[in-house]
Amino acid sequence: MRKEMLESTKPVDVERVKNDFPIMSRKVNGKRLVYLDNAATTQKPKVVIDALVDYYSRYNANVHRGVHQLSIEATETYENSRKKVAKFINSPSHQEVVFTRGTTESINLVKFAWGAKFVKEGDVILITLMEHHSNMVPWQLLAKEKGARLEYAPITSDGRIDMGEFERLLGLSPSLVAFTQCSNVLGTINDAEKLCTMAKKAGATTVVDAAQSVPHMPVDVQKIGCDFLCFSGHKMLGPTGIGAVYGRKELLNSMDPFQSGGDMIKEVHLDGARWNDIPYKFEAGTTNIADAIGLGVAVEYLSVLGMENVRRHEVELLRYAFEKMSRIPNLTIYGPMDLESRGGVVSFNLADIHPHDMASILDEEGVAIRSGHHCAQPLMEHLNIPGTSRASFYVYNSTSDIDAFIGALLKAKSVFCV
Amino acid sequence: MSSDFYRELILDYYRNPRNFGKLDPHDIDARDTNPLCGDEIEMQIRVSPGKDAIEEIKFIGKGCAISQASASMLTEMAKGKPLEWVKGLSRDDIQKMLGSSDLGPARIKCAMLSVKVLKMGVYGYLGAQHTEPSD
Repeated sequence: MRKEMLESTKPVDVERVKNDFPIMSRKVNGKRLVYLDNAATTQKPKVVIDALVDYYSRYNANVHRGVHQLSIEATETYENSRKKVAKFINSPSHQEVVFTRGTTESINLVKFAWGAKFVKEGDVILITLMEHHSNMVPWQLLAKEKGARLEYAPITSDGRIDMGEFERLLGLSPSLVAFTQCSNVLGTINDAEKLCTMAKKAGATTVVDAAQSVPHMPVDVQKIGCDFLCFSGHKMLGPTGIGAVYGRKELLNSMDPFQSGGDMIKEVHLDGARWNDIPYKFEAGTTNIADAIGLGVAVEYLSVLGMENVRRHEVELLRYAFEKMSRIPNLTIYGPMDLESRGGVVSFNLADIHPHDMASILDEEGVAIRSGHHCAQPLMEHLNIPGTSRASFYVYNSTSDIDAFIGALLKAKSVFCV
Repeated sequence: MSSDFYRELILDYYRNPRNFGKLDPHDIDARDTNPLCGDEIEMQIRVSPGKDAIEEIKFIGKGCAISQASASMLTEMAKGKPLEWVKGLSRDDIQKMLGSSDLGPARIKCAMLSVKVLKMGVYGYLGAQHTEPSD
């Protein structure tokens, strides 16, 4: 199996890929752009940008309503995009993919449409300490609203979920277990399949935050066996303002609507309404048609590259970066150092250089990284640091980008005399 | 912004902040954070007997070199100044104090956090004083 996988892989041709991204030709502060802030958002290939222009130039119309030609074309392209996204995550049916504004709205949809109905007073909700605020604050609010108890699975010193504690907390029979498949700070790849199996055994409904995994590795919702899986388009070469939540059919059918209005109803009378079928029940109002179409094109682009190849490419970049970074004294890298259980995310601190100062100095060299708490303040408190600098990789990054990054790190080191 | 900004002087204020610590007793205590960066500044001020000037001022905080050096330099500058002086502090004053002509939109907030805290404290104090029935 493993051998077969290796044989079928073909390395990502970075220079070719880079040429597909118009932004890569721009200069920043007189330097070549080295974009290493991919965990925040990714750049867009020309095919995605063109798809938006094409929609607005040729067949802009509202979907699911009109009988005229433009509306028929818009509806067909929009629904095809849903099918592409469904296939990308191996959803059994495209009806189980609901378009949202992004991961945050996807998680909030689960909170409002599932949580509000099924979480009861005294229930336990289990999440982990490594969650992004978007997979933490909704559950804090839900727990407060319902009188439920929110528990956090702690993490080990090398940045993995403490499985002993996770198992112990499952003993409290949580009604909901939510966790990230890949940490946006530590890069830790959690074994989603294992965690879902354990959670299911304990009787919990499972929510996977896949914002950092779906863009970077093969993700198969059937293999994982999750109830919900949430992700964003803009972190996977797609436009901003579009994302999706996968939900198992029987759960989606059992839930009340998220928002209400047009398109999510079957019939409306003065004394009430009947909800539309899934997924439309959860897509009230005119949806983000153009960006959903753009996401479909992004998914196609990634599928042509092959997600296993994308993953291998990032592992190689990570290996190269780790090797170079390990030669810099006083540099601390957070999270697991084992490449196979780590996404292409490197959070670090160098001596007493504050992450914001680091990011400013790197910016001057054309190197874009992220700095701060990365929307994971409880994790920062746990690590007892104010924040980190974070470099994160994607398909258009090359080893020469990492060389530029290392060069800029050395400059910061000399500016701060450390 | 240019990395030339991180001159020896700024780094010295970052690593060895002047007027760092708590002030007891104090008349003014103000604190704010920059949620984007996580920078934190708290300032404590003792007002002069005439209730119109900054007699003593100290700060505690954590954050980037710009925010911490700015806070430390500002406390040095503010000591002995009339409370009214605080009201007139501008963005340009702070950039001049830091020796930079333009910090840029991303980092100016780091520099201005200390001014925001100082103004919050002084305005609050003056406001409270104005509503004193004994006045």
